[in-house]
Amino acid sequence: MSWFSGIAYILFAPFLGGIIAGLDRKISARLQGRIGPPLFQPFYDVGKLFQKETLVVRQSQHLYMEFFFVLMVFSGAIFFSGGDLLLVIFAFTMAGVFFALGGYKASSPYSFIGAQREVLQMMSYEPAVLLAAVGMYMVTGSFQVAKIIEYPHPLIAQLPGLFLAFFFILPIKFRKSPFDLATSHHAHQELVKGITTEFSGRTLALIEIAHWYEYVFVLGIGYLFFASNVWFGLLMTLVIFELLLVVDNATARVRWQAMLGSAWVVALVAGGLNIIYLMWMKG
Amino acid sequence: MASALLNFLILFPLAVALVIVLVRKGSLFPLVIYPASAVLIGASCLLVGLSAGGKPILIPAHFGWVEPVMLAVEGVVSAYLLFLALKQRDWAVSALVVIQSILLFGFHFGTGHSAHAGANLFFDLFSVVMGLIVGIVGTLIAVFSVGYMRDLHKHSGDHAGHAIPDNRPVFFGIIFLFLSAMFGVCFSNNLLWLFFFWEITTVCSFLMIRYKMDDISVKNAFWALRWNLLGGLAFLLGIIYLYHTQHTIELDKLLSLPKALVMLPLALISFAGLTKSAQLPFSSWLVGAMVAPTPVSALLHSSTMVKAGVYIVLRFAASLEGTLLGMVIALVGLVTFLIGSFICISQNDAKKVLAYSTIANLGLIILCAGIGTYEAVWAGILLIVFHAVSKGLLFLCVGSIEHKLGSRQIEDMSGLVIRLPRLAFMLEIGIAGMFLAPFGMLISKWAVLRAIVDYNPLFAIFLIYGSAATLFFWVKWLGKIINVEKPYTNIETGISRSQWIPMGALTGLTLLICALFAPFAVVFIDPYIVALYGHSMSLGAGNMAIMTIMLSMIGFFPLAFLNYGRGVKVSPPYLAGANVGELGQQFRDSMGGVKAMHMKNFYMENYFSEARLMRLGVLVTVVFLIAMIAIGGM
Repeated sequence: MSWFSGIAYILFAPFLGGIIAGLDRKISARLQGRIGPPLFQPFYDVGKLFQKETLVVRQSQHLYMEFFFVLMVFSGAIFFSGGDLLLVIFAFTMAGVFFALGGYKASSPYSFIGAQREVLQMMSYEPAVLLAAVGMYMVTGSFQVAKIIEYPHPLIAQLPGLFLAFFFILPIKFRKSPFDLATSHHAHQELVKGITTEFSGRTLALIEIAHWYEYVFVLGIGYLFFASNVWFGLLMTLVIFELLLVVDNATARVRWQAMLGSAWVVALVAGGLNIIYLMWMKG
Repeated sequence: MASALLNFLILFPLAVALVIVLVRKGSLFPLVIYPASAVLIGASCLLVGLSAGGKPILIPAHFGWVEPVMLAVEGVVSAYLLFLALKQRDWAVSALVVIQSILLFGFHFGTGHSAHAGANLFFDLFSVVMGLIVGIVGTLIAVFSVGYMRDLHKHSGDHAGHAIPDNRPVFFGIIFLFLSAMFGVCFSNNLLWLFFFWEITTVCSFLMIRYKMDDISVKNAFWALRWNLLGGLAFLLGIIYLYHTQHTIELDKLLSLPKALVMLPLALISFAGLTKSAQLPFSSWLVGAMVAPTPVSALLHSSTMVKAGVYIVLRFAASLEGTLLGMVIALVGLVTFLIGSFICISQNDAKKVLAYSTIANLGLIILCAGIGTYEAVWAGILLIVFHAVSKGLLFLCVGSIEHKLGSRQIEDMSGLVIRLPRLAFMLEIGIAGMFLAPFGMLISKWAVLRAIVDYNPLFAIFLIYGSAATLFFWVKWLGKIINVEKPYTNIETGISRSQWIPMGALTGLTLLICALFAPFAVVFIDPYIVALYGHSMSLGAGNMAIMTIMLSMIGFFPLAFLNYGRGVKVSPPYLAGANVGELGQQFRDSMGGVKAMHMKNFYMENYFSEARLMRLGVLVTVVFLIAMIAIGGM
C-alpha cells in the first residue's frame, strides 16, 4: 500500500475539493449566462462560517457531524492508499450513516426529513457502487485499489454498463439535480436546506470540508474506470465532472420514488448485463 | 473428560428443568436458576479446553437405557401432541404426528431394528462454537427471563385485558429443556439422536409460543408446530432412506460418503433445516412466534431453534459444494435474504423488524451453506456467532423497552436516549452490531460478498440489493432513538438486575467479538475449514488492521460527548413559523393558530408491502423446494 498518497489525500483533498466546488459554481454560472463568483469563493464562504457562532437545537448534534468528517477523511485515505475497495465502501457508508444521524439528532422536522432522504439516497446509490467494485474485481482479480490501477487496459472497455450505473448515481453524491433530495447547494432550495438546516458556524464549515473530501474521493472511484493511463484518467475524470454539471443544470429535482426506482433499475439492468457479459467472457 | 462434559451439558439443563418443574415455587426460581446458569456457562466455557480440532472426535456413548428412554419420550410426546391437535381440530398437525410416529416406530421395530451407531456423540470445532453460543447466550436469556417474567405477571393482562395464566415453572423448565436439546443437536453423531433432540426443540418452541394461552398464541403455536413437524418428517425420511441405501445412521459417515450416493438424504435433511431456520416459504411461523413473551423470541432467534436449522445445513456445506442441490439451497437463502430485508423497511413493530431481519440473516447463512466453498462456510460460521449475540441483545432490549414504554412501535421510541438512556445505548450497540462497519455482521457480510463473487457474481447482485435495504431500516430506527421530538424525562427505573446483567453481558460480548474476531476466527473457525478444505480464508492482515483502527475510532465516539454542549448555543428548531414556548415543539402558523410538529419515518408501504413480498417469496421458493427434492431424487 502506498501510505504516501493516502497522506497526500488527507492534506490536499480539501484544496482540490474546494477548487472543484469553485469550478462547479463558475461553470454552472456560465451555463446559465452569469459571470459567477471567483474560483476561490467556497474557501471564503467556509472561512466565514468558521468565524460565526455555532447554533444547535440538541447539544450533541454537532458531534455526529464531526465523526462524519473524520470517517469521510478516513475512508478516502484508505482508498488513496490503495486499500480494499469493499472496505472503503463500507467505511464510506459508515461516514454517511453518521451524517444522517446528525440530521436525526438535530430534531427539527426539516433536518429529520432531510436525514430520511439522505438514507434513502444511500440506499439508492449503494448497489451501483458495490456492483462497480464487483465488476472491477471480476476483471482485475482483486478488490485492492492498488492492484486495480495496475491493470494495463482501461476498465471502461469492459465495464461500460457498470460505469453507466455509477455515473447515474453521481448526482446523489454531489448533491446535484435531479437527485439533490436531502440537501443541495442550489438557490432553488427545497426543505430549507434539508439535513443541514440546523447546522451552522464551525459545524457547517466542517460538513462543507467533508463534502470536498467526498468530491475527490468519489471522482477517484470514477478515475478507476480509466486508470490505465494517468493523463487519460485525469482527463476523463474532468469530463465526468463536466457532464455532471450539465446534467445538474439541465434537469429538475425528482421525487424520491423516481430516484430510488431509476437508480436501482439502471444498476440492475446496465450493471447486471455487464456482469453477465463478464461471466460469458470468462467462460 | 470430553465424554463427561458433553453428557453433563446435555443432562444438567434437563435436571435443572426437572427441579424447576417439581419445585413450582416462585420465590425459589432465582435460587435454582442463577446458580444453575452460572454452572452451565462455566461448563460451556470448558468446551474451549476440549482441544477440539477441525476433524470430528467421536465418542461412543453407548448407554443401554438411552434408546428405550428416547423412544418412550417420543411416544408420550406424540400422544400428547396428537391429543392437543385433535382438541384444536388441527388436522394437518394431527396427520403429521400420526405419520411421523408410524414411521419412527415402524423403523425402530422393523427394518431399522439393528440400526446401530458406532459413535453416538462427537465434537469438533464447529460443534464447540455452537455449544458456546447455546451455553452462553442461551443461558443469559434464561437469566433475563426470571426478572422479565416477574414483571410480565406483575402487570398481568395484555392489551385485550386478557389475564395471562402464571405458569412460570413450566416456562423456565422448558427453557432449560430447550438448552439441553440444543446441546444434543450440536453434539449428536447418531442421526436418530439428532432427530430426537431436533423434535424436542420443535415441541419446546410449540409450548413456549402458546405460553399466553390466548387464541392468537395457540393458533401461532400450532402454525409453528405444523411446519416444524413437516421438516421433522423430511428429516426422518432422510434417515430411513440413508439407512436403507447406505446402512448407516451416523452423521460423520453421511458426510464422508461420496456426494452422489447421499443426495436424497442431504436434500431431505436440508429441507428440515430450512423449515427450522424459517426460510421462505416457511418464514411465517417465526414471525407468528413473536406473540410469545420476549425471552422466547430472544431464545428462538439467537441461540436455539433457528440456529439448529442453519447448523445442520451448514454441516452439509462441503457435500453441497458444486452440486445443483447446493445451488438451489443457496437460491432459497438468497431469496429469503432479499425478501426479508425488503419487508423490514415497511415494519414499524420493533419485534417484527427483528423477526424479519433474523429471517434475512438466516437466509445469508443458508446461502453460504448452499455455496459450500471454504470462503462461504467461513463466513457462515462467523455469521452464526455474530448474529446470535447481537440478536439476543436486541430482543432483550426491545422486551425491556416494551415494558417501560408500553409499546414496541419504533415510532414511539423517539427520545429513547433521554427516557431510557442505558437501554438506548445497548440497543444502539445491538443495531450497530447488525449492519455497521466495523461491527460483526458487516464483517461477515463482507466475507459473504467475497465468497459469492467467486461463486457466481449474479448472486452477488441480489445480495447487494438486500444489503442496501438493511442499511435503510436500521439507520431510520437508530435515528428515531436519538431524535428528540418532545421534552422527555428519564423513566429508567424498576428494571431488575436479572435483566441488566444479561443485557450488559451481551453488549460486552458484541463489542468483544468485534474487537477480537480475527484471533477468534484463527482459533475457532480456521482449523475447521482447513480440515474440510485443506486451506482457509483470510480477509487480509492489512484489512484487519484497518478494521481495528476503525473500531477504535468508533470507540472514541462516546468520548466526544465529553464536549457535550460546549462551544455551542442552543436555539429552537426552524419550523417555518414563529416558535411557541421555550422548547420549540410548537409553532404559530400563517393563520395565527398554534400547531405542534411531528416527525415520522418513511415506511414505503406501497413499495415494500409485507403481504405482497411474502406472496412473491413463497411462490418463488416453493418452486425451488420442489426442484430441491427432485434433484435429490435423481
